[in-house]
Amino acid sequence: MQHRPREYAFWSIGMLIVLLFALLPVIWIVMVSLKPPNQITTGPGISFSDAFFPQDITFKNYETLFEGGIDQSPFIKPLINSIGIALITTLVAIVLASFAAYAIARLNFPGKTLILAGALAIAMFPAISTVGPLFDMWRSIGLYDTWPGLIIPYLTFSLPLAIYTLVAFFREIPWDLEQAAQVDGATPFQAFRKVIVPLAAPGVFTAAILVFIFAWNDFLFAISLTSSDASRTVPASLAFFTGESQFTQPTGNIMAAAAIVTVPIIIFVLIFQRRIVAGLTAGAVKG
Amino acid sequence: MSGISARLPGRGKVTARTRSERRLGWLLCAPAVIAMLLVTAYPIGYAVALSLQNLDLRFPEENSFAGLDNYGAVLTSGLWWQDLFNTLFVMVISVALELALGMIIALVMHRAIFGRGLVRTAVLIPYGIVTVVAAFSWFYAFNPDTGFINNLPLIADDKAWFGERFSAFAVIIMAEVWKTTPFMALLLLAGLTTIDDGLYEAAKVDGASAWQRFWRITLPLMKPAILVALLFRTLDGFRVFDTIFIMTRGAQDTESVSILGFNQLISRLNLGLGSAVSVLIFLCVLIIAFVFVKGFGVRMAEGRPGS
Repeated sequence: MQHRPREYAFWSIGMLIVLLFALLPVIWIVMVSLKPPNQITTGPGISFSDAFFPQDITFKNYETLFEGGIDQSPFIKPLINSIGIALITTLVAIVLASFAAYAIARLNFPGKTLILAGALAIAMFPAISTVGPLFDMWRSIGLYDTWPGLIIPYLTFSLPLAIYTLVAFFREIPWDLEQAAQVDGATPFQAFRKVIVPLAAPGVFTAAILVFIFAWNDFLFAISLTSSDASRTVPASLAFFTGESQFTQPTGNIMAAAAIVTVPIIIFVLIFQRRIVAGLTAGAVKG
Repeated sequence: MSGISARLPGRGKVTARTRSERRLGWLLCAPAVIAMLLVTAYPIGYAVALSLQNLDLRFPEENSFAGLDNYGAVLTSGLWWQDLFNTLFVMVISVALELALGMIIALVMHRAIFGRGLVRTAVLIPYGIVTVVAAFSWFYAFNPDTGFINNLPLIADDKAWFGERFSAFAVIIMAEVWKTTPFMALLLLAGLTTIDDGLYEAAKVDGASAWQRFWRITLPLMKPAILVALLFRTLDGFRVFDTIFIMTRGAQDTESVSILGFNQLISRLNLGLGSAVSVLIFLCVLIIAFVFVKGFGVRMAEGRPGS
């Protein structure tokens, strides 16, 4: 096929627009986070470049986030909560989902269609409908404002995604190997552990990324089921940030915190983009 | 498949092997099933129970059975209908835009002469960013005191985007579209790649224009993929909460039903009224899913959960 210069120009401009639009909020976060307080305030009569770019670069917004160590800082504890809660959710969800997905992809038993349908229904379930009951239940059994209090709902709502992703991957695995192992005397469980687990690792890793991003992203449960830095995650704590004094806006600090939780995830997403795309679209169409 | 043929001799009678396979299947699924039901089936029942009571945690001693009073109070209040309208408004417009943009991006990625990887990389960025973080970024960008949008040419210097209902909606919808178009584009791209290229070649030979090929081949063949993607995005859109909470907290009549539920439950601690709102939201989601399955014939077997 021949491509005319006009076609190249068309693609280039289209791609540039998509790229710019996708990156704009991220660039803006970094720009604001590097501004000194007097440049954060913009307003009428300022040129676009003066409003967008920092005139002087400062790391003050980042420093204040960590000032006072773990006890005083408004950010360190939520960051630890976010990382811990997301990691534990991911670990537990992947273990449970792997068991279920293996059974659904491999074994013949009545009720597996029902389980898949149920998982799909839960993926459509409105989280807000469970917030009230969970708030009440967690307060009476002592899970309110604790890590497990957030991990449990995250588990529930990320399991459908994990199960569907893993089932799609598990169906691609060459099963003859498992049967060969069973012929050689392995029990179904041994065949699962020694043969399938290594083959399934890439799919499991993909599902883990998706679950982590889900738990990392949540806001509704995080503001409803927590009341202090004991378990408040970063998205929730951002909504409660206050300025250093009554008269300063927390804009710079919020954007610095936003940059800290965004940039590593973006690097991660870029490194593993092929896996994420495969995971998001696995089993999306029958093929 | 070899797996099926290997099992055929066992059909008809339940052998010991079949029985142990069933037991293993149930055993392996049980933890996941319990974890999924724990926070959905039981709480929704609990929400129904709460919604039938006068239960305000600020006045716990005034707890009493209310029957359907809470539903009456919600359904006769202008606020519920206003918020339902807001939610549906944001949902319909953002999903429509996502579908159109997602389709364009999917077609660009599918037919890209170069840079397919670059576009894919770009569209994954919004997927990876925390919704609240993105909402803050757009909020500070459009806010007249901290932003740069008003300093762009052709835009009024003092435009107060969040001071008026429909400009606030415009920013909210834009943030939603930015965040969720990538998922739509990736699903549509997966649908596109299953279409046989021979069909396009044949249509080209028969003299069909690019536009005709899109309407007569691409769209009909992608209908199942499009409908499933639409269903999930629509339900996601109906749950809109994070972006509105950060940008307006529901001010200027931009409140969504999820924000209403949150305000009643968590801010006002009125579990009775709040649970009635929660149950009504749940029923709305059921109705939307029902319309898609019965009305548009979405085959749920082809669906999968997303985002």
